[in-house]
Amino acid sequence: MPEGPGAGHEDPPEGSREAQRDAVPDRRPDPLPGTPRREEVRRRLRGLLVRPGRGQVAAAVLLGVLGFGVTTQVRANETNDAYAGLRSADLVQVLNGLNAESRRAETELNELRATRSRLTDRSQSREAALAQVRDQASTLGILAGTLPTQGPGVRITITDPEGKVSLNTLLDGIEELRAGGAEAMEVNDTVRVVAQTSFDTDDGTLLVDGQRVAPPYVLDVIGNPPTLAKVLDIAGGFRYDVESSDGTVEVQRRDRVKIASVTSGDDPRFAQPAG
Amino acid sequence: MIAVLGLLVGVVVGVVLQPDVPLWLQPYLPIAVVAALDAVIGAGRAFLEGTFSDRVFVISFVSNVVLAALIVLLGDKLGVGAQLSTGVVVVLGIRIFSNTAAIRRLIFHA
Repeated sequence: MPEGPGAGHEDPPEGSREAQRDAVPDRRPDPLPGTPRREEVRRRLRGLLVRPGRGQVAAAVLLGVLGFGVTTQVRANETNDAYAGLRSADLVQVLNGLNAESRRAETELNELRATRSRLTDRSQSREAALAQVRDQASTLGILAGTLPTQGPGVRITITDPEGKVSLNTLLDGIEELRAGGAEAMEVNDTVRVVAQTSFDTDDGTLLVDGQRVAPPYVLDVIGNPPTLAKVLDIAGGFRYDVESSDGTVEVQRRDRVKIASVTSGDDPRFAQPAG
Repeated sequence: MIAVLGLLVGVVVGVVLQPDVPLWLQPYLPIAVVAALDAVIGAGRAFLEGTFSDRVFVISFVSNVVLAALIVLLGDKLGVGAQLSTGVVVVLGIRIFSNTAAIRRLIFHA
């Protein structure tokens, strides 16, 4: 084995390579110029097995050192946490990165918080609006007669044994009750009286909203009971009219008057919301 | 053969002893390992080319390791340790690749 530069040198000087090629006579041209022939390489590899020398021992020792170093480093790399082997400059960089990351996360957090409070406000205000609208709808429904309702009021029973109580008398009575603050009215537990309710007569019987209503007439009225009872008793008022027609008016104050009948509450055909 | 046995013994010793890398050595050990690997591959190429010398191998092995560690140490002192480590690894990697290619050509002629 010729002495010369070799280990760790990927480029041995040309001279040694020439000398080595001269030492072994070529039987055929090299496949690549400057490289030993295949037989030569094989011979050297076989030589490793048959006659180990001093060089092999040195190589063994150094390879042992290499293997030891590799395993140690691999293990250290696997067991140590990520920051143990870092230089201070690297650590500063890592710290800066973490700081930037945390700032970014903070910003994001604030944005998300703002979004959340915005959404909460919006949903709360929407809920409030919805509650208000529901409230309004039920109020309007009671006034328009589309919803059943109940509350304190009076039950007025009007008898008409002579059949002389006129439609006008009844209308006057209803108007008086309205003036007394009646909020909902019902005739004979069947017909709801609202602003559009029609009153008519047909062969002497009363038609309320097209439905026949026979005496005795029973008016269920929701409102302030003392006021409602009083408005019928004013001089020359409803009671006077009915009693002049030989009828009677009986007023019962009630804490709870139930009005179950409703009107259909058709949408207006001509009137549109304005403003 | 003996060389391969030496490598195995080193690996086994490392696995069995499980030594802790001292803190001052931690930045240099990976570079030193890569440098030693380069020296070993270079030695293998020289052996196949018939120019192997155990003396040169030992000297180049030790000097490679020491030089790589020194370069990294100098880089640390200059404040460019990380960059210089990368540079050393790149250069040694290129050498390892070219030497391995030469060995491949020597053995397989391809």
